[in-house]
Amino acid sequence: MRFQLTDDQRALKQGVRELLARRFDREALRAAVRRPGLDRGLWRELGAAGFFALRLPEAQGGVGLGLPEAVLAFEEAGRALLPGPLTATFLAAGRVPGAAEGETVVAAVDRGAGAGGGGGGLVEWLAEADVVCGDASGAVPLRSLDPLTPLHRVPVRVATGAAGGAGTGDRGAGAGAGAGAGAGAGAGAGVGLGSGGGFGSGSEPVSEPEPVAVLLTAAEQLGTAGRVGELAVQHARTRVQFGQPVGGFQAVKHLCAEALVRVETARAAVYAAAVTADPADIAAARLLADEAAVGGSRDCLQVYGGMGFTWEADVHLFLKRAWVRTRRASGGTESEELLAADLLSGAGR
Amino acid sequence: MDLQDTPEDAEFRARLRDWLDKALPTLPPKPPPDDWPARRAYDLGWQRTLYDAGYAGLHWPLDAGGRGAAPTRHLIFLEETERAGAPYVGANFVGLLHAGPTIAAEGTAAQRARWLPPILRGEEVWCQGFSEPDAGSDLASLRTRAWRDGDDYVVSGSKIWTSHAEVADWCELLVRTDADAPKHRGITWLAMPMDAPGITVRPLRTLAGSAEFAEVFLDEVRVPAAHRVGDENDGWRVTMVTLSFERGTAFVGEVVACRRVLGELAREARSNGRWDDPALRRRLGRLNAEFRALWRLTQWNVSEAEASAGGGGGGVPGVGGSVFKLRYSHARQELYDTAADVLGDQALDLDRPWVLDRLSSLSYTIAAGTSQIQRNIVAERILGLPKGR
Ligand SMILES: Cc1cc2nc3c(=O)[nH]c(=O)nc-3n(C[C@H](O)[C@H](O)[C@H](O)COP(=O)(O)OP(=O)(O)OC[C@H]3O[C@@H](n4cnc5c(N)ncnc54)[C@H](O)[C@@H]3O)c2cc1C
Repeated sequence: MRFQLTDDQRALKQGVRELLARRFDREALRAAVRRPGLDRGLWRELGAAGFFALRLPEAQGGVGLGLPEAVLAFEEAGRALLPGPLTATFLAAGRVPGAAEGETVVAAVDRGAGAGGGGGGLVEWLAEADVVCGDASGAVPLRSLDPLTPLHRVPVRVATGAAGGAGTGDRGAGAGAGAGAGAGAGAGAGVGLGSGGGFGSGSEPVSEPEPVAVLLTAAEQLGTAGRVGELAVQHARTRVQFGQPVGGFQAVKHLCAEALVRVETARAAVYAAAVTADPADIAAARLLADEAAVGGSRDCLQVYGGMGFTWEADVHLFLKRAWVRTRRASGGTESEELLAADLLSGAGR
Repeated sequence: MDLQDTPEDAEFRARLRDWLDKALPTLPPKPPPDDWPARRAYDLGWQRTLYDAGYAGLHWPLDAGGRGAAPTRHLIFLEETERAGAPYVGANFVGLLHAGPTIAAEGTAAQRARWLPPILRGEEVWCQGFSEPDAGSDLASLRTRAWRDGDDYVVSGSKIWTSHAEVADWCELLVRTDADAPKHRGITWLAMPMDAPGITVRPLRTLAGSAEFAEVFLDEVRVPAAHRVGDENDGWRVTMVTLSFERGTAFVGEVVACRRVLGELAREARSNGRWDDPALRRRLGRLNAEFRALWRLTQWNVSEAEASAGGGGGGVPGVGGSVFKLRYSHARQELYDTAADVLGDQALDLDRPWVLDRLSSLSYTIAAGTSQIQRNIVAERILGLPKGR
């Protein structure tokens, strides 16, 4: 057992971190908040660097790495708060032309956590997408809580017999969603992505989310959790009140300590799930990473005091994105139910 | 990153599994939980069995009588013994999990030869005489005095909450040898024989009803100076080594046990109908996530420590143990609170399984440094936040 990063994995993580620091630093983040929209140039650069093709076999022009490497890259993306439909595009690489290269932006209908069996769900970045996985017809834009994640809601459909399952809509339909910005716009049901596609076989309105998508979301949450923990500690060291840095006060210290404990616990769970790819491990990783990201962002906001409540500080951006990610498929309840069932299956050991 | 056994580890695991299948049926019946002399005999007997089979002190250094195996192999040992339902360290807790490792790391060759083999062979039980009535979290303010008289230290004072003191042969004892030095500087770490004249042990009942710890009164007890581990007045540094073992690795085996309990709880809930309550089910699911993660965190910490120490036994765990201890002690309490929800009214019946465990779980956020103290350690020593009030 060598449950630590290899030198290559460290180098990969560092490489992604440097790329993002160069191309998506704090200024770029704030600029993105002021001028929403997907940075296609950056998307192509990510593609060129192999971000989306990380798991594609080399024979198919990919990088030929595994789930652990994908998790490390997504952790860095979460750390940098990189916007865009990262998971959907990543999963489409090798199946949707141009996705691997970052030429095609792919969005996906996500039935969301606890959406029930009636279909519906959310789509991130629909208007910017060239291809949409899933049936986004009738999608309606909503005023997204996260200024860096535009969202559409797909209405819950009454079963009509017409299969509205996995499919890809072309850019025309996607553009309709953007331009229409109102009821009825959106991508029509398209061509099925085939086995292993983002959202099922096409025979059911909704099918199980792919575990890889659940895990990559956990990885992004982990990155965010680590980053906000660092921000909190930095602030606690430098902000002076009552004649000393606020980090000298035990109440603040304990907030920071708890944040670190959550991050380290989540990290162990996320990395292990990347190694085993076991559904229960992935569910556990997701629960702990959601908790670490949301809890860490909230605590960071608290440590920042009044400044934390302003639009100027970045903290709210991290918290809002963390909240958006918790609503993605197989968050909270679903993961808890899966893990409960796992206890009875006896496979839990 | 991998979580696979190496071929050698897999072979070790298989051999151990076989051996456990044969050894466990030969065990005598388990003694009642509050009969400490009987429990001492039982726990020492199991330790002896392990020793004879070559499984004692797997990750202890060779020159400490151990097997010099990598710590990850010790994890395999813990997994397999727990899976098979083998006894836990019990009365041997202090000796095996922190006094022994401290002596292995800090003792002289003579001290290692004197104390370590009997711990591994299951011949001697140790207790920990650190806390005093007025020195708990603020351990460095301890006042039990020791002064030099010829080849001996003469010790007077009192200790409290000393686990298993009643049945112990030796005590890892902290004493003040220089009352004028700053409080962290004048402390010395001694190994005190528990049968020395002047020692009075008065059992203290815990809230779980048993006398598993005690007050220890020391009235001019003579301890040979040769029993000092580390230098005179350098005991605080040695203590930090002991505490890093106590927090870093002592709870590791218990995580595996908690995962077993969780499975049993789910089956109990299924059979008594509580499983139909989605809130309870989800709580169990979340605990599954929690204990899976804690086991992964253990594997991560051990693997990292092993890599940085270049393999082999005996490394001193870092402050990362505080991270684990904090999360684990709360998870354990949550586990047994959930058990009470599964049990319903039966949670008030001391004869039901898990009810005593729930009571004893209350100690986890206190013993070995309270959660508040662990948070201070994480914040100051890992995150580098300033000391202050
Ligand atoms: C089951 C059990 C077994 C034990 N076994 C042993 C043993 O074998 N040997 C031994 O030596 N000791 C043993 N102990 C003692 C244990 O180590 C102490 O109880 C523990 O360190 C806390 O000290 P205290 O009880 O004096 O609490 P106090 O230090 O009086 O603390 C009281 C409260 O104040 C809080 N507090 C104290 N200082 C701070 C601070 N700086 N910041 C924030 N909060 C603070 C604490 O968290 C706690 O909530 C055992 C205890 C238990 C419960």
